[in-house]
Amino acid sequence: MAEVLAFEHVSIAYDSRAGRQNILNDVSFVIGEGEALGLVGESGCGKSTVALAAMHYLPRGMSLTEGRIRVEGRDLARLSADELSRIRGNRIAMVYQDPMSSLNPVMPIGRQLMEVPLLHGETDERAAFRRAVAMLEEVRLPAAEAMMERYPHQLSGGQQQRVVIAMALMAEPALLIMDEPTTGLDVTIEAAILALVRDLRAKFGTAILFISHNLGTVARVCERIGVLYAGRLVETGSIATVFRSPVHPYTRGLLGALPRLSGGHRRGRLRPIDGTIQAADRARLGCAFAPRCSFAARRDCEERPVVMVAIDAAAQHLVRCARIDAVVAGSAVDGPPASATATNDQAPIVLSVRNLSKEYRLTSLFGGDRKGAVRAVTGVDLDARAGETLAIVGESGCGKSTLARIISGLLTATSGEVTLDGVDLAGISVDDRPPDTRRRIQMVFQNPDSTLNPSHSIAYALTRPLRLLRDLASGEAKAEVLRLLAQVRLPSEMADRMPHQLSGGQRQRVAIARALAGNPGVVVADEPVSALDVSVQAAILNLLGELLEQSQLGLVLISHDLALVRHMADWVAVMYLGRVVEYGPADQVFSPPYHPYTQALLLAAPTPDPDAPPVVVLEGSMPSPTDTILGCPFASRCPERIAGLCDTTPPPIRRFGEHRISCHLEIDAERAQPPAEAGGRTGMRSSSA
Amino acid sequence: MTEISHDLAASRLASASLVGAEAADAGPLGKVYSVVTRSPLATVGATILLTWCLLALLAPWVAPYPPNQIDVALVADPHPSAQHWLGVDHLGRDILSRLIWGARTVLTVAPIAVLGAVMLGIFLGLLSGYRGGMIDVVIMRVGDTLLAFPKIILYLIIIAKFGASAFNIIAVITLSSAPIIARIVRGVTLDIKNRDYVAAARMRGESAFFIMFVEILPNARGPLIVDFFLRLGYTTIAIGVLGFLGVGLPPPDPDWGGMVKEAYGMIFVWPHMTIIPSLAISSLVIGANFLATGLREAALDG
Repeated sequence: MAEVLAFEHVSIAYDSRAGRQNILNDVSFVIGEGEALGLVGESGCGKSTVALAAMHYLPRGMSLTEGRIRVEGRDLARLSADELSRIRGNRIAMVYQDPMSSLNPVMPIGRQLMEVPLLHGETDERAAFRRAVAMLEEVRLPAAEAMMERYPHQLSGGQQQRVVIAMALMAEPALLIMDEPTTGLDVTIEAAILALVRDLRAKFGTAILFISHNLGTVARVCERIGVLYAGRLVETGSIATVFRSPVHPYTRGLLGALPRLSGGHRRGRLRPIDGTIQAADRARLGCAFAPRCSFAARRDCEERPVVMVAIDAAAQHLVRCARIDAVVAGSAVDGPPASATATNDQAPIVLSVRNLSKEYRLTSLFGGDRKGAVRAVTGVDLDARAGETLAIVGESGCGKSTLARIISGLLTATSGEVTLDGVDLAGISVDDRPPDTRRRIQMVFQNPDSTLNPSHSIAYALTRPLRLLRDLASGEAKAEVLRLLAQVRLPSEMADRMPHQLSGGQRQRVAIARALAGNPGVVVADEPVSALDVSVQAAILNLLGELLEQSQLGLVLISHDLALVRHMADWVAVMYLGRVVEYGPADQVFSPPYHPYTQALLLAAPTPDPDAPPVVVLEGSMPSPTDTILGCPFASRCPERIAGLCDTTPPPIRRFGEHRISCHLEIDAERAQPPAEAGGRTGMRSSSA
Repeated sequence: MTEISHDLAASRLASASLVGAEAADAGPLGKVYSVVTRSPLATVGATILLTWCLLALLAPWVAPYPPNQIDVALVADPHPSAQHWLGVDHLGRDILSRLIWGARTVLTVAPIAVLGAVMLGIFLGLLSGYRGGMIDVVIMRVGDTLLAFPKIILYLIIIAKFGASAFNIIAVITLSSAPIIARIVRGVTLDIKNRDYVAAARMRGESAFFIMFVEILPNARGPLIVDFFLRLGYTTIAIGVLGFLGVGLPPPDPDWGGMVKEAYGMIFVWPHMTIIPSLAISSLVIGANFLATGLREAALDG
């Protein structure tokens, strides 16, 4: 097999006023014709630098200090600027995370696609047009010819990314570099894009370098994987080998830290990786992972460089570890341990939501004149129970964050009830709630960069709620701050630090401590870990699990990540277009019968499983919340839609005890009994058309 | 008075040091030093400003002659000489001494006027941005109305009506600059009030004033410090223009703008009498601009 891209012992350094820092260290890999290599690693591991280096496009200050990079046998460092730009356009194409930054907003997409062959002087205008249309059909965009006239902002995020992929493929490149191509997309859209990439690779035979932080997406597209840590490849091999029998402690850690859809459930402990990547790790002579590794030995790991060793030469399974024997002899890798505690229907309800709706009226420029309404949340019924987790799951725009903000009082509802201790709070903004009610509902926010005020210390963030919500004197508050820090496993000297001195995970811990400061009854957590790396995420989830066990706290967890919800939730509500389409105890929601949307979400969720079944892809995207929906909100995308019924009549609610599904399909209650096994997640219902 | 303006500049700088994400743990003065020296432009600007501040502060000792000492005999040859480094003016007063004493005036009036504008602007901007609604509309429209007047006409109307004095100059500059600062603060507030830490403050029941001044304001200090020094430059020009138009500080106390005005009729005979005070004004403006631009760069480098 001819090699397309080869890295030979590549080291890249960044020079700044602060001195020289290694970004990549001795990275070697080869991608053959038509092969796909997935590169995974956490933020700051250097994976985007690999992509830039492959294009010979290093930012100012970065330079290749050692090694060679070859594209189709040609050493990039020896090429002239002209030759490089020809290679970049013709032989290598790149797809970035944000499609809007790759598309010209003032030019129709057809024109942008046609530019590719025209600029390379290959064809005339008409042939270019035909090729562009053909390529848009290849990436499965509907009505390709009409699509040519559209501007980028008229397309959805998924459609934009398809156009970018089409543009990349127009030049028929030998190598396609994809840097987090699906990270900003919803899970059903992501599944469709990944399936598309896999099909196109089979058809065009393009080699792919696929960069992602998500092990699941890599498993869907690539056959080989490289794990990057602090600028070094620590393990490479086929997907099946690395996922089934990982060797390097870091790879094992990543796989163990990941919540699984199929694996253990409900607050079993995940295995987080201790510590965080330090800048100093990059400069380390020995193994960069040694400071966080439980197998590390001073003599082997720290004092001399660690080289890649072949575990299985035939499978090209290479590992950079000095203590392979000890690691392999040590504990076998298993998924997170399960601690099955049955959902407790008897747990007291602390917060109940009844028929809750939120509308935003659209007004014309001069006010008054009503042009319609955005229905963000429509008729939601839910209960949060003491000591249990209610997870609200759905894709972006489904109204889950609006719901969270209504419960916490940052927004007020248009109609319906949010009852806490017998008092309806739906229409009362948090500014007007009595102090004791305010204390009872607290919130953890998504973004660790903005959850703490950058101008104030950690002690300030924790002291203010203690003084305001619990009326503590300053001496008592000081002691309480230390107790809270201990509760979220942070050392007491953190109190004097400023937020920018803390890592994202530490900041999120402080945010949790802040929410707990007033001894709340309900904590609303809006995507509390979605901005964190996998290994850090696991530690935060474990912490939340522990806190729930110790207290009678009700947790309302908002998330888009089904595996996380599977891991944490006792009760699950699946939201679509502002409505709850399925609600019930987690075990029942995650086993048949399903609402067709829940089923689509489960199938689309990228799992780090080499044997994952092929995906049933959901086409299209969510309707606009301004549209008037007569029937089922999911009717426009549902694969099992009953024409003439689903799009005209609101669906009935089918109940199985506490489990509710809002759907027109007849649900076969008998076949609904056995819980789902991995790989057996198929629909178990018959339609009554 | 000069001590006040000097201290004031230093205290502003002290908070400027916090603009950068990380500053050395070397006390407030060390931090100021490390932030300012990070940018060569800021170093030059700060040096110019500090030099003028020092000269103003030490005027009784460094000025070679009393500023209003008239010696008509010298007018025969007013050009710079060993006795009078920068020459003398048409009444035989030493120009260097008048510049040094004049620095006292401009370095008192300009910072106080700008500080007044900043305080008023911060208050209005926070209120406007955080509260929104009718309050926002009223504050911003009144501000727009003030800004719609050509500034110099506004100055002339008010000073013609109430008379020329340091207080009136400060008042008129405060009033005319505050709407611009309010607009900056409002913009930053609109951004910050949607951050999660403000939501967290609401969740624990902080008052609106606490949120505005303790949660939001400290995070707006970066653009405000830069704007303070830029505005210091503009205000120096404005004071110079007022002096030149004859509505500045009343004579005989030396005022840079006034010095230009007194001498500009003789610009073709004795150009140094006009050019030297003009250069003094320019140096102060350029110093303030360099410091502002440099601080912005240092903040962006972070």
